[in-house]
Amino acid sequence: MAETTIYGYRRPDGRIGVRNHVVILPVDDLSNAAAEHVAALIPGTLPLPHPYGRLQYGEDLELHFRTLIGTGCNPNVAAVVVICIEPKWAQRVVDGIAPTGKPVWGISIEGRGDLKVIEQAARKAAEFLQYASELRREPAPLTALTISMKCGESDTTTGLASNPAIGEVCDRLTAAGNIVYFGETSEVTGAEDIVAARCATPAVRERFLETHRRYVAAIESRGVSLLGSQPTEGNIAGGLTTIEEKALGNVQKIGRRSQVVGVLGPAEAPPANGDAPRGLYFMDTSSAAAECVTLMAAAGAQIHLFTTGQGNIIGHPIEPVIKITANPKTVATMREHIDVDISGMLDGSLTLEQAGDLIMDMIVRTANGRLTAAEVLGHREFVLTKLYPSA
Amino acid sequence: MAHKFLVHEPEDMVGVAVADIRAGEVVEGLVLADRRPVVVRARDDIPLGHKLALRDIRRGETVLKYNHPIGEATRDIQQGEHVHTHNLRSIRWRASVLEEAATSV
Repeated sequence: MAETTIYGYRRPDGRIGVRNHVVILPVDDLSNAAAEHVAALIPGTLPLPHPYGRLQYGEDLELHFRTLIGTGCNPNVAAVVVICIEPKWAQRVVDGIAPTGKPVWGISIEGRGDLKVIEQAARKAAEFLQYASELRREPAPLTALTISMKCGESDTTTGLASNPAIGEVCDRLTAAGNIVYFGETSEVTGAEDIVAARCATPAVRERFLETHRRYVAAIESRGVSLLGSQPTEGNIAGGLTTIEEKALGNVQKIGRRSQVVGVLGPAEAPPANGDAPRGLYFMDTSSAAAECVTLMAAAGAQIHLFTTGQGNIIGHPIEPVIKITANPKTVATMREHIDVDISGMLDGSLTLEQAGDLIMDMIVRTANGRLTAAEVLGHREFVLTKLYPSA
Repeated sequence: MAHKFLVHEPEDMVGVAVADIRAGEVVEGLVLADRRPVVVRARDDIPLGHKLALRDIRRGETVLKYNHPIGEATRDIQQGEHVHTHNLRSIRWRASVLEEAATSV
């Protein structure tokens, strides 16, 4: 198969970005206002406000830093201005992003106040934006991209058509040498045997099963019925009845041949040292759409494939989300949110292979600059995963 | 007649409507695994995306879709009936299973 070429931004660390964002990154909730003011002063920069970053500890705090640093490191980001209430954690985030070689700079608010911080950060943001504006796309192999996958507001068309279609794409990508992520740990309940059978080694299989056991034990320990939350009311309205049924549709997205070559923690990327195999990775994530995409973007995924039945509408600020549906009612009523319509699979007018071709084509077009529906509509959901209450 | 429902595997006990189906309609479906046609008379309205029973199912019986368990019938179900939350429940995440898990911690 001939190698597919895309046109992306080659970052100083050699990775390829399909977008060119200058991000204003608050480390904590106190810094959101300053970040938003900077972005308003320097139009074209992208603030990422969020509600957390205080009094977190342990694994929860590690995940917070890993997610923020990983987002800044993502090759779709050209440069980062970091704002924090105090200097040590500002420096920690700056130090985490600096090894990529991209421009990154941080400032803290204590002892300065918002207004001085906004002025200094805006001057730096302006410098970074002009730097980014002179970067040019260059040819790169499609295999340079890590593709992440999730389904959301699923219904039975997800299991019948749209997930098998991205499964076909997953098989093509992993065969070519791409890294692909899938996750949504609670949503393999009822289909664990199918995923376990695809794990490339006994070690990977055991790590996958243990990850699932642990995640589901935490849910089950609360002793509450999840019907309406998992599956969601939207899933149920669309015809999905049980978690098992949802899971069996969910795992169609790993295709028929792809092997799971590794298991990742939330927001964790495979080691970059060349030892890690390329292929399909399972990431331990929530099934909540924006949380999942945020974790995968923080692990370096450049493009996301998102199948929906009833009409999930989220995007992500730095990782373009391609929305795919096989539900003709959703295509008709929520057209502005849909990038790829494969509802023809239900009456057989579109084959699995043809649906795969449409999605592969949209990946290339998105990589080369086509804005997704979610980008055009301004959907920039940036949602951090919290592991436990703050202190 | 174009198919109005799809079935994943030959062993499945339910099919999925890919068009709205009216109660009383005789509808043809397609088994995806082997392209075999199936014909059923719908006993209920089956909205697009919802399931219909391909055969009679007894209360307590494990219901198969994708040739895997998707839950158990909470009532007797006749061929052609709508299958959903009113007559099908999860085996893995039944309320009593979740309560047991909570009290065993």
